[in-house]
Parts: sequence; C-alpha cells; structure tokens
Amino acid sequence: MTAPAERKSDLIRTRGERGETVKLLLSGRIALSSLGFYREEIRRRLEDLKPKELIVDLTNIEYLDSSGALLLLELERRAKDQAIVFSFDNMPDEVRHIMDLINPEALVATAAKTERKHGYVLEEIGEASEALYKDLIGVLTFVGEILDALFQAVRNPRLVRWEDVLFYVKRAGVDGLPILSLLSLLMGLIIAFMSSLQLKQFGANIYVASLVGIAIIRELGPMMTAIIVAGRSGSAFAAEIGTMKVNEEVDALVTMGFEPTQFLAVPKVLAAMIVVPILTLYSDFFGIAGGLLVGITGLDLTIHTYIQQTAKSVTLFDFGTSLFKSVVFAALIAGISCQRGLQVRGGAEAVGAATTSAVVSSIFLIIVADSAFAIIFYYVQW
Amino acid sequence: MAAADREPIIIVENLTARFGDDTILEGINLTVLPGEILVIIGESGCGKTVLLKHMIGLFTPCEGRVLVKGINLAGASDAERRRLRMEIGVLFQSGALFGSMTLAENIGLPISEYTSLPPEMIDLVVKMKLGLVNLAGHEHHMPAELSGGMKKRAALARAMALDPSILFFDEPSSGLDPVTAAGLDLLIKEINRILGTTMVIVTHELASIMNIAQRVVMLDKHVRGIIAEGDPRELKECSRDPRVIAFFNRQPPQTRTGDIHHG
Repeated sequence: MTAPAERKSDLIRTRGERGETVKLLLSGRIALSSLGFYREEIRRRLEDLKPKELIVDLTNIEYLDSSGALLLLELERRAKDQAIVFSFDNMPDEVRHIMDLINPEALVATAAKTERKHGYVLEEIGEASEALYKDLIGVLTFVGEILDALFQAVRNPRLVRWEDVLFYVKRAGVDGLPILSLLSLLMGLIIAFMSSLQLKQFGANIYVASLVGIAIIRELGPMMTAIIVAGRSGSAFAAEIGTMKVNEEVDALVTMGFEPTQFLAVPKVLAAMIVVPILTLYSDFFGIAGGLLVGITGLDLTIHTYIQQTAKSVTLFDFGTSLFKSVVFAALIAGISCQRGLQVRGGAEAVGAATTSAVVSSIFLIIVADSAFAIIFYYVQW
Repeated sequence: MAAADREPIIIVENLTARFGDDTILEGINLTVLPGEILVIIGESGCGKTVLLKHMIGLFTPCEGRVLVKGINLAGASDAERRRLRMEIGVLFQSGALFGSMTLAENIGLPISEYTSLPPEMIDLVVKMKLGLVNLAGHEHHMPAELSGGMKKRAALARAMALDPSILFFDEPSSGLDPVTAAGLDLLIKEINRILGTTMVIVTHELASIMNIAQRVVMLDKHVRGIIAEGDPRELKECSRDPRVIAFFNRQPPQTRTGDIHHG
C-alpha cells in the first residue's frame, strides 16, 4: 500500500528558482490517508524554495476528496499569510466543485465553547456551594415525596406494585446472599484473629467471643450489609431509573398519569426495607460463625463455651438496635439511589455519574446515620 | 459513464436473515453501483434495517453473502475489515453520537484512529466537516445541547469523517420537521453529486424517496424479499403491483379497510 520513498516524493514536483516564481505540480491521490504526507512534503519544499509566487498545478491529480480540497485551501491561506502571490493552474471542474463545497469561514470560525470556564477560587466555591444547596433541596423534596408516597401506600396498600416489591426483594436480597455470607464470615474471622493476638497475652481468650459478638451485631453486621446493598442494589436502582429517564420512559409514565416516585421508587424502598434487616441477621450469623471458627481452631475454646459467652455478652437491645439501624440504612440507600436516578439529565454519561453518586451518597449517609445512632443509643441505654 | 458499465460496489447474493425461528429476509439478491443513491423502502418490519445492517457488517448472513468493494465482511481478515471500515460511513437512526464527547471529539475520533495526522490538522478537518453540514462553530457543543436536526447533521459529519466512498443511512429524516428533512435530503444529494459518494438509504418517507432516490428497492415482509425495483417515479406511476401502489399512495392495508367496511 505504501509506495517507495523515491516514488512517493515524485507525487510532488517543483519547477522554478529559489525566491522566484515556483510551480508546484501535484499528482496522485490526495485523500485523508495521504494528507499528512502531502502537507509535510509541501511545507518542506516551500521552506527550501521560499517562493515569491506560487502556482499549484493540478493537472495530474488522480483523486481528491474533501480532505484534499482542505489541503489546497490551507495551502492558499498559508501562502497569503506569508505574502506569497498564489494561484491554481489547470484546476479540473470536479476539484473546483469540491473546493466550493468547503466553507472557508467554518475553518476559522470561533467555536462557541461550552467547556467549563476556569473562574476565581471564590467563584468556584460559590458555584459548588450553590450546587450543594440545590442538591440538598432536591434530596429534601424527594424525601417529602417518598414519605408521602409511603404514607399513601400504608393507607391504601393496593397502590403498591407488590410484584415489583417481590422482584426487588429477590434481586437485592436472595441474589446477594452468597457474597454477603462470604464477606461476613471473613470479617468475623479477621476480628477474632486480630483481637485474639492481644487477648491471648492476658489469658482472656474467652473474651474474643464477646468482642466479635458485640462488634458484629452492634456495628459491623448492619454496616457491612448496608454497604454491600449500596454497591449491589443502590447502583442498580440508580442505573435502571437513570436509563429510563434518558429513554423518556419516566416522561411516558408521567403522561400516562403515574407518579414516578410511587411507581418506581416505592417498590424499591419497600423491598430494601424488608430485605436488609433479614440480610443483617444473616450477616450477624456468619460473622459470629467466623469468630467461632477462630475460637475453636486457634484458641482452644469449645463451641458451647463460645456460643454461651456470645449470648452472655449480647443483649436483645443490641439485636433491636441492629435491626432498627438496618431498616433506616435500607431506606437511605434505596431512597438516595432512586433520587439520583431520577436526577439524570442527558445521556449515558449522566447515568454513569448518577450510579457512582448513588453509591457514594449511600455510603456517606450510612456512616453519618450510624454516627448519630451511636450517640443516641449511648444515651438511651448502654 | 453508463450505470451498466460500472462494476457493483456492493453485491448481496442470496442473503437470508433469520433470528431464531423468524426468517426476516430470504434469498435477497441486490447490487449497488458506485456513485448511485439507492433507497431501500418498504413497510415497517419488512427487514430494511436488517438488510442495511448486513451490508455494514453488523449482522452476519445465515445464508448467502454480502460483498462490499469485493470483500466479504463475514469472512474478512482484520486488516481487510479495517480497510473497509475506512471506506464506509453510517448514519444511524438516532444519530448515535457519543453523549460524553463534544462534536469535535465525536468527529475527530475516527480520524485520529485511522490516520496519523497531527492534532491541529485533525481540528481543521473537523471544522471543515462541520462546515459541510452547516454546523460551523459548534465543535465544542455536547450532543445533548443540539436539536434533532443538528444531531443528525453532526452524525452525518462523523459518518463522513474519513471521506468514505459509501455512506449508509438508516431513516435519515425520521423525527425531523419537513424543512429540516428537506435540508438533509439536499445535503445528501450535494455530497453524492460533488464527492461521488455511493449512498444506500433506508427510509419510508415518501417525500425523501421522491427527492433523492435514483433507484428504489422495495421489500415486503410477507414475501421476505424484494417485490419491486427501479426508478421511483416509474414505480409510483406505472407499477401495477397493489403493494407498490398502496405504499406510494399511502393506502392502509386491504384487510383493515375490509374490517372497517364490514364493521
């Protein structure tokens, strides 16, 4: 496909003396694929010859497309910039028509840039604060809408699309069991192993069971479950609703008289509120099982002793708060994910951004809520 | 040069397209000559887009073959496929512009992939292409900021980025107002006339068909093949096939008319 160097350079011939009138004879196929070669070779020849007048002869052009015409126009513009008298010779009609097709103004048009402008720091802080404020208002409005929709669902359960609720219970719950059990087991193993290294020194092996039980049930069980649900299901909720927004399916719902929050968000929020507490209990079980494995294999504890010590340390209040927290976490994850999905404007990129935002916002809210619960439960009962 | 003297640029031989148990096209034979504007017409669901997607290599024929510039896309080597990709441009029904890229990036993408031009030259080519479709100065706009007609024109600029010798259009005027659609038709004719680009267009917009088609091929979903072929005006005025007459005269299907009469 590539011609030998000596033949390729023959496609451009020059006649005339340096500093005088130079005739540039172009031949061959001037297309996008050969544009780089012609442009570079012509530039090099003209730099050598520094003509006073340049005549471009097009008699032997075999083929020229719009990119080739662009090359000729650019050559003309550069010659004029350098005050070289410029003309074309023997220009075939086809070439002239193609050159007429190109709008020279378009080549120098100032683009209407919509790129982010770089302003002053204060301006950027102001813009970021405004965006945060609008986001907060959006979240609060959505919280109002979802509470209203849930309240109406309680008053009239027939409003809820229960088939959808069951579908999301399965997808967010049952399908997430394998990964949740594995991670919870490993978490229990790690806590037990790390704490045993310290407690062994004081002969307090038995307290590994207490430590693992309290840590898993009070904090890590609900938190781990919530984070996994945020990653698996929160992102899926946001992507699903976001794609529906992009495809105008949400607009279609509105025109058909459906309330998007009621139709799309409520089943997901209800499903999450049903399934996350169950997943949390499941996670607690596997976390304690992980600790038990370390206890009986590495700490010479019996199964009976370990379970008895765990039962002694953990109260019913701990279970109650764990489940309560998990219900709140579930509502936060599903709610914020649906809100991020409904916020999507634009195309595929916005769906990706909404998905990321759903996960990050969910995890942020989970940790903020957990901190608040830690303080509240400290004062209620400890 | 007379059409008969030219070697076909696209040859469809005995093409059968099947999805599961559904046969959409059966035994299609068709040729496209270089520099012509061929319009594929037919009612919805007759397989127009399926035929187009076989021509551009998105679908592999169940039977038969499609040769584009002598290359069978289904059995082509990577190098042949890459060479052929430079020779064809496709304007999808939705435009299919990449939403995360500006117009300049959308159009510059195939140029930077297939050539080794320096960035300033790519910028210049992009500006020229946008100028060709009357979108000069819009290179930094995102697709979401454009109207439907502008999106179609920007997508055409991207399809033409590599100066392909064949352009494929899937419903180019769908969703456009008559004035914008007529403008796009004019642009298609101009590009064909001046650059000699072969055009294969799928549409059922009658105005566009009469305006731009040099030759028409009509598909039918019951026959699963071609039922008429020729000059659009001749077909409209001289064809005795009731399906062709119904299409050009925008008549509803016979069965439905019968239902109304009896109802």
